[in-house]
Amino acid sequence: MSLLHVSGLSKSFGGLMAVNDVGFELDEGTVMGMIGPNGAGKTTVFNLITGNYRPDVGEINFEEKSLVGMPTYKIVSRGIARTFQTIRLFPNMPVIENALAGCHSRMRSGVFASMFRTPNQRKEEQENLDRALKELEFVGLAAQAENKAKNLSYGNQRLLEIARALASEPRLIILDEPAGGMNAQETADLVRLIGEIKGRGITVLLIEHDMSLVMRICEQIVVLEHGALIAQGNPEEVQKNPRVVEAYLGMDED
Amino acid sequence: MNKNHVICAVFAAAMVVSPIFLNLYWVDVLNNIGLYAILGLSLNFILGHTGLFHMGHAAFFAVGAYVTAVLNTTLGSPILWLVPVSGIAAAIFAAVVARPIIHLRGDYLLIVTIGIVEIVRIALVNNIFGLTGGANGIFGISRPDFFGFTIRRPTHFFYYIWLFLAVSVYLFRKLEDSRFGRALNYIKEDELAAEGNGINTGHYKLVAFVLGAFWAGMAGNIYASKMTIISPQSFTFWESVLYFTIVILGGSGSIPGVILGAFLIAGLPEVFREFASARMLIFGAAMVAMMIFRPSGILAPIPRKYKLGRWRKKEALR
Amino acid sequence: MELFFQQLTNGLAVGGIYALIALGYTMVYGVLKLINFAHGDLFTIGAYLGLTLLTAMGLTDKLGLGVGILALAVMVMGLVAVVGVVLERVAYKPLRNADRLAAVVSALGASIFFQNAVMLIYGAKFRVYPHNILPKMAVNILGLEIPLIRIIILAASIVLMIALYLFVQKTKTGTAIRASAIDQGAAKLMGVNVNRVISIVFIIGPALGGVAGVMVGMYYGQINFTMGWMYGLKAFIAAILGGIGNIPGAMIGGLLLGVIEAMGAAYISIAWKDAIAFFVLILILIVRPTGLLGERVAEKV
Repeated sequence: MSLLHVSGLSKSFGGLMAVNDVGFELDEGTVMGMIGPNGAGKTTVFNLITGNYRPDVGEINFEEKSLVGMPTYKIVSRGIARTFQTIRLFPNMPVIENALAGCHSRMRSGVFASMFRTPNQRKEEQENLDRALKELEFVGLAAQAENKAKNLSYGNQRLLEIARALASEPRLIILDEPAGGMNAQETADLVRLIGEIKGRGITVLLIEHDMSLVMRICEQIVVLEHGALIAQGNPEEVQKNPRVVEAYLGMDED
Repeated sequence: MNKNHVICAVFAAAMVVSPIFLNLYWVDVLNNIGLYAILGLSLNFILGHTGLFHMGHAAFFAVGAYVTAVLNTTLGSPILWLVPVSGIAAAIFAAVVARPIIHLRGDYLLIVTIGIVEIVRIALVNNIFGLTGGANGIFGISRPDFFGFTIRRPTHFFYYIWLFLAVSVYLFRKLEDSRFGRALNYIKEDELAAEGNGINTGHYKLVAFVLGAFWAGMAGNIYASKMTIISPQSFTFWESVLYFTIVILGGSGSIPGVILGAFLIAGLPEVFREFASARMLIFGAAMVAMMIFRPSGILAPIPRKYKLGRWRKKEALR
Repeated sequence: MELFFQQLTNGLAVGGIYALIALGYTMVYGVLKLINFAHGDLFTIGAYLGLTLLTAMGLTDKLGLGVGILALAVMVMGLVAVVGVVLERVAYKPLRNADRLAAVVSALGASIFFQNAVMLIYGAKFRVYPHNILPKMAVNILGLEIPLIRIIILAASIVLMIALYLFVQKTKTGTAIRASAIDQGAAKLMGVNVNRVISIVFIIGPALGGVAGVMVGMYYGQINFTMGWMYGLKAFIAAILGGIGNIPGAMIGGLLLGVIEAMGAAYISIAWKDAIAFFVLILILIVRPTGLLGERVAEKV
């Protein structure tokens, strides 16, 4: 079943065409990778899906409903969560509060309930604390719950971002270069983690430059170059595609 | 009972008995400190927790004070009834005024909030709606009447103000330590990330303003009934600067910090009365120095505590 | 009709003063992303230094009216520029990499410091510029009697603005300033000495603000230690009106705000004169937040 439907997507900034007529289907339960040289427009596509930018033209449908023009926070409550390329945690807040941020959209308590500690509010706080801890446990950071996020190692910060995204109970999780800055061991752990996320029934869309990770974990791959989609298919097909090879000519693959 | 609780208890006890030992002048100083603390705490949600550069808080204080003054002197409404009315009036004012500016970039928001407090002051001086009494203000405001007991002397006001403050602190602490409080902090730390995690940043910023205004409006009522005369001079940009400084220097997002800030900003000048003129000079220099050496303020916020014990026990049992 | 032209020329003269102050704000904001709250007080310092030089040192008695005023302007510009550089070094440089809020609070503290320093030295009362040096006559243009002083102020402002514009557009340093405003990081990588650029900006800005202070002293005849507050705020609004970081924008914003204010005071209500600038601000931020000529500041994406 198609979870995310993108078609005819274009976005330009000033005179620069960052995304040019991009379209693809993302089926539920799959892991899809978006690859391409730097500047190909991958993060821009992600930003368009999550509502950070508005497309000039094109469709973005999630579970058959259009996301175009919807503010980011609403898109999150629809069931799409994301991590950021540059890691955007809340650095001075403890790990547990970072994870709880993900829970925010699944909670309801407002000013009155919080001030007067209604029974619903207290129940909700406890439930979501448990859920946040569960996600921290899932990525292996539960022991660090009270540490400030900025004190975590780089690799752990990336994991925390993933835990935070998972805490919002998404149907689709969008990972922007999750392996950035990770060593071989951490990358292997990440591959396993993504497999476990898929195992939970969550659809995964990711941008990555680490080709070994992409080829190992992704079932479908789309390739972008200069803002346009140049290839789409499973890893084998994409690897053999001459246009893809050409786009990556001169780039090291590990 | 940990260290913080002990400090709190000692402080509370000291405050409760202080009017016995102090002459009326100093009791009144404590009254002013109390009012500044309430104003600082109300601004704390906007500036300290959410990180919004708000230098127009005196406008909300003014709305509350003038609504009280006008309704009391023209309709004879009792002061205590007007406490929530003033709060709501200021809150509505904030909702209307903040809505269009809530998405402005930090520095621009700062300038616009200055504009708001200035426009309010000018409107008051120009006797807007013929109600505000112009530059001379409004006089003859009644005292609060509590079931027949008139709150009139400085000592009465002391307990009134500090009780109000204590209740506010209690409620604010509950609010800080909740989903709402966290949301404000997420917005301050990284607005884009907050939005990306499903937090409607525009909504929360507006609620922060409205909440802060509500409390400032109530403080305006207390002030009006304490002074019985109010005029635009008490609601200038420089007053806003004082509240701003109380929050920033005392400790952004920190309840004890803001109270300490109120003691410093409203109390210290009284201690150094003789050096009146040099006072402000030192104040300015101190602000610069604080930002260089301790920008987060003197006291840190009280951290939120999470009951990880249950989960930890589960872990140990595995 | 007479009222209209009187107010127009009045507005332009005051607008020229706003523009000179606004240039200081816009240049500093462009390069440092900082609202220099103390800038209005540098303007005040200029006015008071001018007063001291005129009365205590009898500058115009010694040099004659024309040369005297010129020398006065130059000296005030130099002195205020020194204060500006010191301000930057003490209150802003240590905070270059800190939170924006810290820099704003520091600027506020510096402003309070300067304002009270002026009060302590010169007293809280209004001070008066010597009457004998101010030209009293009016010039007859197209049948209207326009005070000569108004024309001199406007002309002087325009000359300074043109000079600055040429400096910023045509010289290497000027280009370095523009580059630093657009992207400090990239400018650094291109070999621009950003520290030097910042110092220069804190020389030119305060100098212009200082001479504007002298102009106000001469135009209105009296000065007060709190005047920097209102002028500064309005000048900053003028800078936003024109497009913050945009130098021609500050010039146009200043002149425009001066005229709008003068017209508003004459035709709507003089009691609300000061509020006009704030209404203009709110309008501009809602309708066209990047200002009339567009912003020139780096955007963090």
